[in-house]
Amino acid sequence: MHPAYSVIIFTTFSGAGYGLLFLMGIFAAGQWIEPDRWFGFTGFFLAFTMVISGLLSSTLHLGHPERAWRALSQWKSSWLSREGVLAVAGFVPFGLFAFGWVIYESHDGAWRLFAMLTILFAAFTVYATSMIYATLRTIRAWFNRHTVRIYLAFAIWTGSVWFNLLAHLFDLHTPGIGMIVVITGVLALWLKRKYWIFLDTSPSWVSPENATGLGDLGPVRLLDAPNTQENYVQQEMGFKIARKHSIKLRRWAFFGYFLIPWLLAVGTVETEPWLKIPAAILAVGFVMAGTLLERWLFFAEAKHTVSLYYGAPDS
Amino acid sequence: MTQIPQNTTGKKLGLVIDLDICVGCHACAVNCKEWNTSGHSAPLPDTDPFGENADGVWFNRVHTFECGEGADSRTVHFPRSCLHCEEPACVEVCPTGASYKRAEDGIVLVNEDICIGCKLCSWACPYGAREYDGDAGVMKKCTLCIDRIYNENLEEEERVPACVSTCPANARHFGDLGDPSSDVSRMVEDRGGYDLMPELHYQPVNKYLPPRPKSTGYEEDRPRHLKPIEPTSESEEAGGLFRWLDRVMSR
Repeated sequence: MHPAYSVIIFTTFSGAGYGLLFLMGIFAAGQWIEPDRWFGFTGFFLAFTMVISGLLSSTLHLGHPERAWRALSQWKSSWLSREGVLAVAGFVPFGLFAFGWVIYESHDGAWRLFAMLTILFAAFTVYATSMIYATLRTIRAWFNRHTVRIYLAFAIWTGSVWFNLLAHLFDLHTPGIGMIVVITGVLALWLKRKYWIFLDTSPSWVSPENATGLGDLGPVRLLDAPNTQENYVQQEMGFKIARKHSIKLRRWAFFGYFLIPWLLAVGTVETEPWLKIPAAILAVGFVMAGTLLERWLFFAEAKHTVSLYYGAPDS
Repeated sequence: MTQIPQNTTGKKLGLVIDLDICVGCHACAVNCKEWNTSGHSAPLPDTDPFGENADGVWFNRVHTFECGEGADSRTVHFPRSCLHCEEPACVEVCPTGASYKRAEDGIVLVNEDICIGCKLCSWACPYGAREYDGDAGVMKKCTLCIDRIYNENLEEEERVPACVSTCPANARHFGDLGDPSSDVSRMVEDRGGYDLMPELHYQPVNKYLPPRPKSTGYEEDRPRHLKPIEPTSESEEAGGLFRWLDRVMSR
């Protein structure tokens, strides 16, 4: 699949934004954090910036961005529509949760309810995003149980690296935050490794023989394509990445999305602010860059069944 | 709504393509382009048509495959277009309702006035039937020539899709595959017509007829060499005078 930058940026940044909102909701609902005004303001500002810029980025690849509102209509059948509805509706609880925290400095009573709703909407929006990919039977690399887990795990992991930065900036001593960074990082790593093992070892679904139905005649191979230059279908769905490059990129992604930010965040927990704050900032930079690369590979490594009609040996 | 209509009439309009007689001339693709560039989804763009990066929207494309190995191999021409599936994932994923399947005849269409050009339907189609029009910013696809098949301004025999009307080998057939007594359904029955990638469960309406077994000239029940024809008694009698002349002159 052609890696569309607008979609890669959208899923990475909105994932991190929803992850951060999810964690703020958890800590507020559990009353494990003081409703400090400037902590809240900075946290919501970062989360909203990431979510909104991600959503705007996703409209950039549309042929008619001015009609984007129409995408809210088909929530009964389309996961893309459901994601849109959840993304818009979520701003109600997010906004009220932020209002209580920043204006009234409160997590009690009704404000606590909005914290709980924030948890639900953040989680379900990321779930809906992942289901757009996980329901496409045409793409073996996406139509599997790993896709949803990875999107959820990466949202909470990138969100927790941002949350860690906030905690250090406002000198919060909450041991829970360090634990969440440790656990969600390992979770993201473990699930992503399982995914790559799955991708490398699971058999191809369909072959040129299935695609053409001509398998009874023997092995089928393309003799003449219908067109001499690549058409839309080939440009969009026929993107190929050399295996040697994908192995190298997977390694770089591993350093970026996991190893470096995890060590930076975990290794500096109980150190002086002059060390842990720069380390937390660097961790955020690495985890976002690494996740962008991970998302790029999620597209680039995915093969579409239509490529079988254009000479691909498997799908 | 982009939900698949439940109360259909049972009518399933579609194509049957005979891979045994398709000669790969691309006339169907050309006539499709010709009709549709001024039809329901007009215009079908062509960018840099005579240059190095020719590109454009075509609803029908003809692939050529080689099947089998060595002396047993054969070339099969394979026209590919929208199969108007009974379970069209392209319709279900559409967030706006622009993609829809008609309840009355099962044709899958795009409403270009509300399509946002997100391209998700083209990702959901396993057959590559949908092509994006970058000029108009909307998705386009085969309409089964909806503007021909119901067009009362055309002669009755012309009310078939453009690809069917132009095929010089008569390899393409149009009809109601929901009616078991229709010509196309009987053709599918007789020749073992099949679905493309049935394991993905999109239930395509269009069917393909497989190439007939190839004659190698070495079948068990056929003679390897033709025997010389023995003169029969009738030919001796009938040609008496000429036979005698033949003998005389052959000395």
